[in-house]
Amino acid sequence: MKVLNSRTGILASLLVAFAGAASAVSYAVDPTESARMELIKIIEQDVRQTSRELNKSELDPRVMQVMARVPRHEFVPAEEKPNAYENRPLPIGYGQTISQPYIVAIMTDMLNLKPDSKVLELGTGSGYQAAILGELAGEVYTIEIVEPLGLSAKERLQRLGYDNVTTKVGDGYYGWEEHAPFDAIIVTAAASHIPPPLIKQLKPGGRMVVPVGSRFMTQQLLRVDKGLDNKVVSKQIMPVLFVPVTGKH
Amino acid sequence: MQQRPPYLSIALISGAALAYEILLMRLFSIIQWHHFSYMIIGLALLGYGFSGTFVSIFQRWLTARFNYVYLSSLLLFGMTSVTSFMLSQILPFNAELILWDNHQVVYLVAIFLLLSLPFFFAATAICLAFMQYREQVSRIYAWDLAGAGLGSLSVIGLLFVVFPHNSLLVIGTLGLLSLLIASVEIRMKKFIPVLVMLGLGTAVLTLVAENLDLQMSSYKSLPQTLRIKGTEVIEQDSSPFGLISIVDSATIPFRHAPGLSLGSSEEPLPQLGVFTDGDNMTVITKAAEDPSQLAYLDQVTSALPYHLADPGSVLIVGAGGGTDILQALYHSTSVIDAVELNPRLIDIVGSRYRDFNGALYQRDGVNVHAGDVRGFLSQNKKKYDLIQLSLMDAFNASASGLYALNEDYLYTVEALKQYLDHVVPGGYLALTRWVKIPPRDTLKLFATAIDTLGMLGVDNPADRLALIRSWQTSTLLIKNGVFNDQEVHKIWEFSDSRSFDVAFAAGITPPKGGYNQLVEPWFQDGTASLLSEGRDRYLNNYKFDLEPATDDRPYFHHFTKWKTLPEIFRLRDRGGMQLIEWGYVVLVMTLLIAAVLSVVLITLPLLVLPRTPVEEKNAISRTRVVLYFLLIGIAFLFMEIALMQKFILFLHHPLYSFAVTLATFLVFAGLGSYLSAKLGHHYSRFTTLKGSITGIVLISLSYILMLDNLFMWLSVIPVFFKILLTIVLIAPLALLMGMPFPLALSTLAERAQALIPWAWGINGCASVISASLATLLAIHFGFSTVIMVAILLYACVVLVFPDPGQA
Repeated sequence: MKVLNSRTGILASLLVAFAGAASAVSYAVDPTESARMELIKIIEQDVRQTSRELNKSELDPRVMQVMARVPRHEFVPAEEKPNAYENRPLPIGYGQTISQPYIVAIMTDMLNLKPDSKVLELGTGSGYQAAILGELAGEVYTIEIVEPLGLSAKERLQRLGYDNVTTKVGDGYYGWEEHAPFDAIIVTAAASHIPPPLIKQLKPGGRMVVPVGSRFMTQQLLRVDKGLDNKVVSKQIMPVLFVPVTGKH
Repeated sequence: MQQRPPYLSIALISGAALAYEILLMRLFSIIQWHHFSYMIIGLALLGYGFSGTFVSIFQRWLTARFNYVYLSSLLLFGMTSVTSFMLSQILPFNAELILWDNHQVVYLVAIFLLLSLPFFFAATAICLAFMQYREQVSRIYAWDLAGAGLGSLSVIGLLFVVFPHNSLLVIGTLGLLSLLIASVEIRMKKFIPVLVMLGLGTAVLTLVAENLDLQMSSYKSLPQTLRIKGTEVIEQDSSPFGLISIVDSATIPFRHAPGLSLGSSEEPLPQLGVFTDGDNMTVITKAAEDPSQLAYLDQVTSALPYHLADPGSVLIVGAGGGTDILQALYHSTSVIDAVELNPRLIDIVGSRYRDFNGALYQRDGVNVHAGDVRGFLSQNKKKYDLIQLSLMDAFNASASGLYALNEDYLYTVEALKQYLDHVVPGGYLALTRWVKIPPRDTLKLFATAIDTLGMLGVDNPADRLALIRSWQTSTLLIKNGVFNDQEVHKIWEFSDSRSFDVAFAAGITPPKGGYNQLVEPWFQDGTASLLSEGRDRYLNNYKFDLEPATDDRPYFHHFTKWKTLPEIFRLRDRGGMQLIEWGYVVLVMTLLIAAVLSVVLITLPLLVLPRTPVEEKNAISRTRVVLYFLLIGIAFLFMEIALMQKFILFLHHPLYSFAVTLATFLVFAGLGSYLSAKLGHHYSRFTTLKGSITGIVLISLSYILMLDNLFMWLSVIPVFFKILLTIVLIAPLALLMGMPFPLALSTLAERAQALIPWAWGINGCASVISASLATLLAIHFGFSTVIMVAILLYACVVLVFPDPGQA
């Protein structure tokens, strides 16, 4: 796996290096695509192995198509571009990271997005997750607390043509009242608790996903479901197949 | 050769090197927060081993130029102690990327090598002194140890008054000072080289001082917080307890309320962030205008006990910024005692920010005590309606197993028993922990509670236990008595109204489901299994170590099982990396690397050391030399580390007991070394050795038998007398433990000088191996076993004395 990953990385970096030249000649084939396809295969394999935890053996094909389309290399700093299509988190500066693609895929899948969904994201970071959401949902609203990160993500998302993604720099605790309620909310920014206003801005039947852990390691995924009766239930899912007890007890 | 050895500069450099080691731990706690710092510092001490190998190989060249090499070593220690640290900060090492990114290993090695330089130079200076003044090795070693002992005390004192990065300059300056003293001691006739060296050293330190700043990892929470517009550090306080940063957030409030119910609509009051070493945030809360503004403190799992009864008196363990005190006040508790280990934090919350928090610590009924809770309780007969221990550590550090190597006497079976002894009949002990998936702390604590109740002679522990959880925290209640139906009903009501789940309530295990669902009902299964006949089987089948911690094995935060490691490593690329508990893995890796490097360092000199002619009778056997110096190196630290832990439990303060025991050990071992030379006038070295070993074995055996009881019996005496007693108890043992090294080294000095640096290096390697090996043994078998092993090793030392036939 490691060997495969690093080979993919080298390949991707070469491809990225030549991407400019290639697009000038306007080739039909995106040169980073094969690297992305390799990554998709790895994610599919990981999902199959984690099927017991995720309660499904494959993710929504729409999510996988989008993962195969969004150019992750556009969302990482220059020095990390060679690693853009490795299945790992990458530093993006400011003490922040871009999540592991496998985790992005399962979080996105958990949100159950429809083409007309309205989504709120807290913690824009590089904007990669917002771009994925933008491809799947109708409207995406994303808030980043660190100004330079938020501004560069805004510029990037505009440049890449994600017109349905609206960005804002500021405090996410109160959600985004004027666009509420949301069908889905994803909180990738660290917080000591789930802000109550966010739960209020979740539509009945809506879903919230929160990755819990450090910047580089997702310990668990917290899924918060708001029932049609407004009852709130959470589910904690490990992103890995691991049974803590062996044998029968 | 009749010249007096440069004792003062030896003591000074040795003290500076030990101070540097302690300072490095402090510095790395600030800039990193990962256990890889443990590895870096542990391995950097191999600098002692490097020096032995280096001097062995180049001894002829080096000793021919003793004066210059000695002075240069002191100079280089002074310069590298500061520059190595500075350079190591520049390397972009990120421990969390170590499994993703191979470059990180290169950075790690580079940092370790950089930091081993100062130790290498200090050790080289001392080793050369041994060779140059070989008639006086016992005295040189005495000064070396005494210097180290004073160094350990001084650096702790220094850290109270000077910021850690400035302390680094003090160490550098000590290097230069030792150079100056040494040049007088060795009667350097030429002044110019000395002046040049001093000038060079001063220039480097001055240059570095300009740019000396701590580069905190950008992934720690303080730097992350400071990225937010409007946040700023308004005050910093440094002491050996940690670097405290008070942060104000003008535009975006902190809203720190971990574990807040998903159903809550309350919002925290304005707060100031209090970071210790750039992490582990706690908050000082602005005075409420209306008590109802504190309602959010009722929306967390730790509020449960306040709903079962109206506790009139509460003991809060770990006052921190005062949140738990506020929670008690919100619930109208009239007597609130709180204990906080860090006196500086008490000063900050109690005095400096009293206007902000509405003089929280001056409120009627509130009393905050500085110190360790177990010390506080042992000196105190008071009983409480409730004792609260709530979230003592930060979530992320806890989740990645960063505390695995930390001894923690708060969560042992004996600790819980002590708490329960101070709870009135019908009162509660409440323990709140972060919820980890899969469960670890929560279940281990439950198992600990069962053991404690068993120890107290309770027949049916289930009747006295209740456990509730949110997705984020769990609170375990242990009642001093049996829960009644009404209480059980209230537990359910409390949890239900806050979207918490009951995992266990007085014998009742609720069905699967609830507000916070898991793939499997691990908490229900775990609590039920731990109370059942199949407990042992469950503990055995569980993939993490849930065996309760004891005072002898105080590793509550250690969960790794060897048999689980291969599975977790296989899963590392598939989302399983967070299951690795780095503390333990790093410990084992450190030990392995130290062992491999030691083999290399010890074998290398053999290629160049002159071979002893086979026909020579009474030749010093190299096998004996290796075994002897390895054994005493390992045994010395085993004994020192294990006894230090035993005394922490007696003195009840990790920092002070560390300072007192370490300094006593070193100074008296130094005295022992000095005496060993005196005894040499009356007895042969081998006889002296046999005497000292017999003493060590007898004293330490008697300590194993009586220390625990003695400490229990004397737990009520004032701290001053405890410190005095500690010194009295350690002194004779340390005195004897200081003898074996110089006895054998003197023999080498007499009969095989070429082996001196080799023996020095072996001893250096042994100390590094010993430090991690002692922790590993203690985690699995306890500190008493470590002492037993040390006794055994000491006993074996007699068998391998390099020259037993000496008259």
